[in-house]
Amino acid sequence: MTEHIVLRHRDIERIDQLEVYLENGGFRAFESIVRKKSPEQVIDIVKKSGLRGRGGAGFPTGVKWSFLTPDVYPRYVVANADESEPGTFKDREIMERNPFQFLEGVAICAYAAQAEVAYIYCRAEFWDLTLELDRKIEQLKEGGLLGKKLFGSDFSLEMYTHLGAGAYICGEETALLESLEGKLGQPRLRPPFPAAEGLYGKPTVVNNVETLTNLPLIIDRGVDWYRKIGTEKSTGTKVFSVSGNIELPGNYELPLGTTFRELIFEHAGGIPNGHAIKAILPAGASAPILPASDEVLDTKMDYESVPEVGSSLGSASIIVIDETVDIAWVESKITDFFEHESCGKCTPCRDGTYWMKHIFERIMDDTAQAHEIDLLHTVGIGIQGKCLCALGDFAALAVTTAVERFRPDFDLHVQGKSSKAA
Amino acid sequence: MSVTLTIDGTEVTVPEGTLLVDAAKRRGTDVPVFCYHPKMKPVGMCRVCLVEIGRPARDRATGESLLDESGDPLIQFGPNLETACTITVGQGWQVRVSSEKAIQGRKEIVEYLLTSHPLDCPICDKGGECPLQDLTMGHGSGESRFLFDDKIRLAKRYPLGELIFLDRERCIQCARCTRFQDEIVGDPVIGFYERGRRLEIVTYSDPGFDSYFSGNTTDICPVGALTTADFRFGARPWELNSAASICPHCPVGCNLTLSTRREASNAGRDVVKRVMPRQNEQVNEIWICDKGRFVHHYARSPERLTSPRVRKNGKLVKASWNEALTRAAEGLKGAASSAVGIASGRLMNEDLFNLKELMAALGGRAILVDSMAGGNLIQRYGVGVGSNLGSLGKRDAVLVIAADLHEEAPIWWLRLKQAAERGTTLIVANARATRLDDYAKHRVRYGPGEAVQAALGLLHLNGGDPELARFEGDRALKSAARAIKRARNVTIFFGQEGLNYAGTEALARACALITESKGRVGKSNNGLVAVWPRANTQGAWDMGLRPEPAGLHRALAGAVAAYIVAADPVGDDPAAAAPFEKLSTLIVQDLFLTATAELADVVLPAQAFVERAGTFTSGERRVQRLYPAVGALAGSLPDWKIVANLAHRLEVDLEDKAAPLVFERIAAAVPDYLGLSYDDLAAVEPQWPEVGGADLYFGGTAYANKQGLGVQLAPRGAGRPLKWKAPPRASAGKDLLLTPVTVLYDRGSALRHSRLLEGRIAPLQLILHPDEIERLGLSEAGEVEISWDGRSERLKFAASTDVPPGSALVPRGAGLALSDPTPVTVRRSNS
Repeated sequence: MTEHIVLRHRDIERIDQLEVYLENGGFRAFESIVRKKSPEQVIDIVKKSGLRGRGGAGFPTGVKWSFLTPDVYPRYVVANADESEPGTFKDREIMERNPFQFLEGVAICAYAAQAEVAYIYCRAEFWDLTLELDRKIEQLKEGGLLGKKLFGSDFSLEMYTHLGAGAYICGEETALLESLEGKLGQPRLRPPFPAAEGLYGKPTVVNNVETLTNLPLIIDRGVDWYRKIGTEKSTGTKVFSVSGNIELPGNYELPLGTTFRELIFEHAGGIPNGHAIKAILPAGASAPILPASDEVLDTKMDYESVPEVGSSLGSASIIVIDETVDIAWVESKITDFFEHESCGKCTPCRDGTYWMKHIFERIMDDTAQAHEIDLLHTVGIGIQGKCLCALGDFAALAVTTAVERFRPDFDLHVQGKSSKAA
Repeated sequence: MSVTLTIDGTEVTVPEGTLLVDAAKRRGTDVPVFCYHPKMKPVGMCRVCLVEIGRPARDRATGESLLDESGDPLIQFGPNLETACTITVGQGWQVRVSSEKAIQGRKEIVEYLLTSHPLDCPICDKGGECPLQDLTMGHGSGESRFLFDDKIRLAKRYPLGELIFLDRERCIQCARCTRFQDEIVGDPVIGFYERGRRLEIVTYSDPGFDSYFSGNTTDICPVGALTTADFRFGARPWELNSAASICPHCPVGCNLTLSTRREASNAGRDVVKRVMPRQNEQVNEIWICDKGRFVHHYARSPERLTSPRVRKNGKLVKASWNEALTRAAEGLKGAASSAVGIASGRLMNEDLFNLKELMAALGGRAILVDSMAGGNLIQRYGVGVGSNLGSLGKRDAVLVIAADLHEEAPIWWLRLKQAAERGTTLIVANARATRLDDYAKHRVRYGPGEAVQAALGLLHLNGGDPELARFEGDRALKSAARAIKRARNVTIFFGQEGLNYAGTEALARACALITESKGRVGKSNNGLVAVWPRANTQGAWDMGLRPEPAGLHRALAGAVAAYIVAADPVGDDPAAAAPFEKLSTLIVQDLFLTATAELADVVLPAQAFVERAGTFTSGERRVQRLYPAVGALAGSLPDWKIVANLAHRLEVDLEDKAAPLVFERIAAAVPDYLGLSYDDLAAVEPQWPEVGGADLYFGGTAYANKQGLGVQLAPRGAGRPLKWKAPPRASAGKDLLLTPVTVLYDRGSALRHSRLLEGRIAPLQLILHPDEIERLGLSEAGEVEISWDGRSERLKFAASTDVPPGSALVPRGAGLALSDPTPVTVRRSNS
């Protein structure tokens, strides 16, 4: 891959400056659709491009837009910049380094959705970045790229940033909307989906930062160009955030369908200190853990192939774990995280993660009873498929699959078997 | 449209849009719920209502139903269990509530819930009527795999306010309470703080949990997390007996259940331990206000009168019933037609009937102290049989004029708020903003005391007399008038705020004529409702009592003896004492030694409502029965019996044996009550949602109604033509019109004797507009002097922008002896 689509700042210096962005074709896509295309045509282009949501669910973006309830206004577009999945740090780089392409993507989405107000919901830790985005939005207004009756059309658009208050759950789109409305960040019951009743009960599109940042080039260069990248069903590139036991941690924008092996060993420099790779968390903390077998390493990272080996791509935060690491320890950290971040709205996630955390305390103390490993697994399984939102399942998937796939690591902590107790 | 599905193999047909959990309930299948409540929108939080749902499979391409080998529709079950509370039923579904998978799923949810619950049932007030207990028995596993030592430790006694306590360990985060406050009553003063297992209920208001409806949250709390300060550690539910009653504090007539227990503290006799709502979906549904719930303690006050008293040598001394009644009879006999009976709408129909009969037999008069007109018009134009605020919909309109329902009749406020949210056109007309304004489609403002003008303006635009053109109001009034015209059904609530007796008379007429203009008098959800100051003021009118339009002093002019029952005119206005002092015989019958009683020659101790049988007639003209809950306080008698006993000494034949027998006489003598009996009032029919008993996990601990829904009286209809009355002329010259406004927590005897609400009683203060405060040159704190009719008072004052220009407000019954709006001079107090 020679050219970046999303991380274009790696190809073009100072693209975070408006004049540089404009010199490189910035806002050409937005202006052209406002002048020449109907919202339906834009939705159609995005549908045909095959672009899928980069926030984790991988839902086809154009299809999501087409669910907006007809004839109900106002509508809203919300950029989900609550990037909080452990190991995910792509949206931050996009917004810091290539902010105008992201904002143009928001504008394109707003035009397609016929929303005249767009919000950018940023996680609280992005406060400095958010201040910078405010300045960029100001520049766009001054440049006539945002505001009333854009390019002589009837379409007007305002953008606002909004800071969250530090909750993982607010990355879930309905919890995000609650938070944006000033309420406690807890997911809503679905249906109705945001496209029918979203922000303030109005039709709303919520898209991830990376998803939106793809839009300007899809419009500008066309569907055929875009579809040539990636696979048949997972088109385009993906920014893979690589972390853990890895030589060169960081973001890598590669076509969807690149194998784990290529990403880890060719691009990211492999495992440091001559250690062997043991496991991969392909979607941060919220997907099943994969043993780093040859089969897994040769699996293509796209929305179809990763599930075939028993996990999912999610937001593609690839956490690499080498042979020196105790998987039980990894999972105890993940459980701490979810227990801390469970919003508490529904019982299985709230009380199940609390229970798992307490079992893990004994496991990590090497005082667990033998049956407690099975209990941990049962509790995790019990959570799955019963929760109000998808995060409930996420909270347990890595743990239950770890017990299934890395059982010896857990057994070592059982009372009497551990080195500590001996 | 209806939908047919099978639940555990049995076919059931329900209306389209029914939630699966409700469909199951209607079929008699209990799907457990904690967060779901049939009065609130589903949220799907607790996840305990998991069931398996099989839906008819369809061909993706053609949309046609797929069939199995035997030709039946092919049913597909999803991989996951689903929540019955969030899903509306579908045609042809097969739902499995009792499958192994569903049972296992619910068992897991109960186990999760119990991991963070303290299981302190032995010391928990909810134990014995606890949904978590019941559903754990029914759906949980026999033992927990969770280590007890891992349980979270949280505050066990956290006061959300002085009325409601929170046990944070017991809370299962179902959000029923917060949703009730937000969604049902519009007081979102409690909410969740933090997240995960640290999620806890907090209050945002000062005082804490500041809502007139807070007690209801303890009824719908599915665990012992919320308890009332009143009942907390007071008794175990299984020790309680229950008696049906009716709330005596306002004209709504909320159905109550009084929970009682025999206690050593009362010499082994019954004590009222708590007041609970009793379901009547046409009156109060399953809710009551905090006044109704918490002020019952006055009935057990040590200040209650326990024996008659008579005046001897200028002093009131205890006497026997015989002596007191004989003395009273002598006084009345001497006075004969110069005797006046004075009573209030606090009394029950039986009492009022006997009093009216006695005074009639003596040739004297029976006067109602509640100074508001219109009871006779309610008899003609009252709401039709079947009227139910809960059934109001988009085609209906409601006008509320000269009343602040949130303060005067909270449950009417609540039900009208909900009607407005369902699309009913709500019109609120008042000189000032009230809390119902938030839900009104039309807000009509008029000048202080000018409710009649506004009503006549509305009448004018609804086909009234062309002479009324001069009352044509502003745009808001005109669009409200058009809304009345457009609506199919119109109900009018009128009150007395800003009006004297003559004003309410004119207002009642104008409102009656508006309902008449619709041509639907006597139909359900059409007609007049008076926002009476007392629970049974309508009953008093029905029994034949009337206020004296010119005031009590006129009624007492020329009187030789007065018999005052359940009224305290001297307490209300000490300056009114003079005419009472002049009487040759003053008889006072009450629960307490009131200021009026202290002037009396004979004092007769009456019984409290908790000790009584009888009937009240509500503002919507529903006759409802009260049953005795506890034994009478020794020495006291029910009012009707005292009156009858007195009558016997005057050779007047009145029923003295039992309340139902008095009611038989009412049913023979009072036209609208003809043929009614206590049995009719005790009739019940099934109501939705199911509450209490085995269903308390579903609707809460409000009591099921097994003792009577009451009977709504039919209005007689328009009859002879009614003529509108011009508004009484406002006197000019003084600078501010001082308007008493009703507050729920006033300084009335009920509240004064109940400690619990002491801190919430409205302070006596003059409420002025900030502009007025500036104009009068008042400093921020301090007092003002007000003067009228040669009297003056010094009062504290407070600022509110809701005070209409040219007026000042004062809480009614807070201590200022003023019941009618009165022009007053206000100036800085020099001290």
